[in-house]
Amino acid sequence: MTTAAEPSLEVGKGRLRKEDARLITGRTRWTDNISLPGMLHMAMLRSPMAHARITNIDTSEARQMPGVLAVVTGADLADSQGSLPCAWPITEDMKSPDAPSMAVNQVNFAGEVVAAVVARSAAEAHDALEGIDVDYDELPVVLDMAEAIADGADLVHPDLGTNKSATWVFDSAEAGTGGNVDEAIASAEVTVERTFRQQRLIPAFMEPRSVVVDPTGEQVTMWSATQVPHILRLMLAMTLGVPEHKVRVIAPDVGGGFGGKLQVTPEEVITFLLAQQLGRPVKYTESRSESLSSAHHGRDQLQKLTIAAQRDGTVTGLKVELLADMGAYLRLVTPGVPILGAFMYNAIYKIPAYHFSCTNVFTTKTPTDAYRGAGRPEATFAIERMMDELAAELGMEPLELREKNWIKHEEFPYTTVSTLTYDSGNYEAATAKAKELFDYDGLRREQAERRQRGDTVQLGIGISTFTEMCGLAPSRVLGSLSYGAGGWEHGAIRMLPTGKVEVITGSSAHGQGHETAWSQIVADRLGVPFEDIEVLHGDTQSSPRGLDTYGSRSLTVGAMAVLAAADKVIEKAKPIAAHMMECSPDDLEFSGGKFTVRGTDTSTGITDIALAVFAAHDLPDGVEPSLDADATFDPENFSFPHGTHLCAAEVDTETGQVRLRSYVCVDDVGKVVNPLIVEGQVHGGLVQGIAQALFEEAVYDESGTLMTGTLADYLVPSAADMPSFTTDRTETPSTTNALGVKGVGEAGTIASTPAVVNAIVDAIRHFGVNDVEMPCTPMRVWQAIQGGAQSAAGPGSESGGGVGSLDTQGGAR
Amino acid sequence: MRITVTVDGTTYTDEVEPRLLLVQYLRERLGKVGTVVGCDTSNCGACTVHLDGHSVKSCSVLAVQADGCEVTTIEGLARDGQLHPVQRAFHDNHALQCGFCTPGMIMQSIDLLAENSDPDEQAVREGIEGNLCRCTGYQNIVRAVRDAAHEMRPGAGPEAERMNEDVIRGAQAGVHRS
Repeated sequence: MTTAAEPSLEVGKGRLRKEDARLITGRTRWTDNISLPGMLHMAMLRSPMAHARITNIDTSEARQMPGVLAVVTGADLADSQGSLPCAWPITEDMKSPDAPSMAVNQVNFAGEVVAAVVARSAAEAHDALEGIDVDYDELPVVLDMAEAIADGADLVHPDLGTNKSATWVFDSAEAGTGGNVDEAIASAEVTVERTFRQQRLIPAFMEPRSVVVDPTGEQVTMWSATQVPHILRLMLAMTLGVPEHKVRVIAPDVGGGFGGKLQVTPEEVITFLLAQQLGRPVKYTESRSESLSSAHHGRDQLQKLTIAAQRDGTVTGLKVELLADMGAYLRLVTPGVPILGAFMYNAIYKIPAYHFSCTNVFTTKTPTDAYRGAGRPEATFAIERMMDELAAELGMEPLELREKNWIKHEEFPYTTVSTLTYDSGNYEAATAKAKELFDYDGLRREQAERRQRGDTVQLGIGISTFTEMCGLAPSRVLGSLSYGAGGWEHGAIRMLPTGKVEVITGSSAHGQGHETAWSQIVADRLGVPFEDIEVLHGDTQSSPRGLDTYGSRSLTVGAMAVLAAADKVIEKAKPIAAHMMECSPDDLEFSGGKFTVRGTDTSTGITDIALAVFAAHDLPDGVEPSLDADATFDPENFSFPHGTHLCAAEVDTETGQVRLRSYVCVDDVGKVVNPLIVEGQVHGGLVQGIAQALFEEAVYDESGTLMTGTLADYLVPSAADMPSFTTDRTETPSTTNALGVKGVGEAGTIASTPAVVNAIVDAIRHFGVNDVEMPCTPMRVWQAIQGGAQSAAGPGSESGGGVGSLDTQGGAR
Repeated sequence: MRITVTVDGTTYTDEVEPRLLLVQYLRERLGKVGTVVGCDTSNCGACTVHLDGHSVKSCSVLAVQADGCEVTTIEGLARDGQLHPVQRAFHDNHALQCGFCTPGMIMQSIDLLAENSDPDEQAVREGIEGNLCRCTGYQNIVRAVRDAAHEMRPGAGPEAERMNEDVIRGAQAGVHRS
């Protein structure tokens, strides 16, 4: 049988991507590129109010406008639209409001859809929006989480009686995995308490969402710019009551997601309903401003942490109390996002007592949901900031404090206080390598020199020694967390008569390079050329089962299913090979694409067997004429990539300007299938994490209007805003999957944010600063320097700092 | 209004509404869907094409303004089945992931190289700062552009892009020039 010891030809090679050929020549199939005979276009009218009752909608003028076929309001769809799904009821008593795709009586965030026009052209549909007149009765907005849960607060959903959706608690004493955290705090020699704000972010994938629905076939076909075609199909069936087998969903080329396209959207549901109603294909493509204001946002938590330690630096307890902003509704996995972080606050450290509680809060803002890392960046940020704060409190070198508390490489597998079992890791090795590449000691010397001579530009060094849980997820774990589905993935192999191979995967790539990586993996396992493999994905007709792509799960779960299917193909081919070579199957070994009779040079290639099976003229009795196989893989554990990120930041103390001078990261993602793709994932992840630290924030004004509703205001960094990074790796294979791989999609984002903020705080700590709220704009950094100490509240609502847009206060501060 | 525009070597004459954007004309009227729309404030650069050899954000140009002009899109770069050196460099350097920003990024990079045939890292970063990418972190894009610069000496530019008759005839005849 094939084993991992077999010489590996493709895995590990920096293969250039198969996907590129079409993408660099413009031969793309973005959803918005699709044009069908008779296709109509839809435009949405959205609420400018954050919280209001709809008292009247007059559509009469719009209906008369040229080219308009239909104008619908929430009242028209009330009976058919159902409620958008939330698949993650985190507690039994979780409060969840009805979530109509189109608002019926009340709007609960600015950007919510209140009406739609279907017309011959997109321009005519947009023109007709002007002809719709909506009367609103304003309701009080609910914007601040702390105020929202205070007694007597205005309510987002009065019928729920509260703005609290749910409170989820983990306590190590109750779970029997550790001590009582309050006792640890009470008896601690040192405690440090901090409150951090995880600002609201927007995924800001480059391809705006688009959906086309064709109702003219026997199956209704939906093309959508989604990460989750399989989940979408299931949820359309469950939400709208359409028979599942009558729906086909296709995710064609999808231009990025980062969690932002892990959703069942109002726009998808409305387009589906209108196409069905009109009996003609309908397309809806959002504008960028619609995307920024109404596609789900991410993060938005208030994190209160208390860490307890002995004077020698031994951490004795950690208490985490969160408020998490749900926005106005619970979308697909909204309530579960902060809970994913619950298992990661203890991070790489041996913490004997741990308590986590999170209260999910409704506000009149855009719903939040998954954004790259989903819960884990928040956790990593908080604990890595706390380790620096504790080190400062103790007067310890921050890396030494970490080393004192982290899990040593010989202690794996290690079961943490939050119940996860880390299979492998080597924090010492990654840190040593990173320190060397960074010239840690040299930069520390320079920092001391600059401080001594009172340089106006101060140097700070930020550390982030992170781990994350990825490869979502063992189905039993998801079950224990009340998630609405499993965490398996499906894969299949079709052996074509000419020796070519089709690989079918339930993973749904949107930039990750699965076509390339899966080809490498299958090429090695089946011994067929890389070029002879075609990877099919993203269409419920060709890849019938799947749970799609998010949570760095594709390689560690999806590719394992493909690998298992390949093994089944080999098993199926074996008796046929034996029959063809007139030997016993037990005498065969499979290597390099060939079955060889042990001890001889007689062999038959698997592609020859594929042709023989196609002909089926002479097969052993009882053997079906097919080598095709499929498999469903359910992981036994998460995978736990880790790494050490070091950031050197120069802070101009006169202007507050931050310049990233160098950034080194050494990531351990286990075995690497394609180093080129891994490096690319790390680069992109780093920039998203750094952007949280320095630039990005979704800012609302006091009336609940998003002020960062364009890419001029929401500061997605450009090339000129970023440095080059030094990336390297250590390789500690995961022991929980056949390839020894770990996920890499989220690592850079998770690790980099605290590295940057730690560097900034480190640069100006001697001014009495112990925190700078994100994004660390020049203004905030400067004010922290001026004001010393806790800058936390600071000026909070200015939009990033890019073009200086509007001032929410309406003038000079 | 009636306009005549040459796009990727083919001349089109059309009646268009005055408000029609060049990118809408390219996508909706000519089927040149390789050029995409990423925003509505001309910040993202995904729609970048060349107008008479120089890069423009085609969401910021009216179709009528392109009357009498020559437009090159990502779909018109490859010649005789040969990728443009910048296209090849993007592939070789893994300078794209989802690929949505890629057409605009490539068109802008070519324009940058026409102005500066040997840009250093900072010059590349500043030269493409009007084009946003959310996937790559830009590092490999910068590497690709500099790589292409070395491949392309003495440089790209309006001249290198002009569809002269020889080229068009060659392309139609399927002739592969070295």
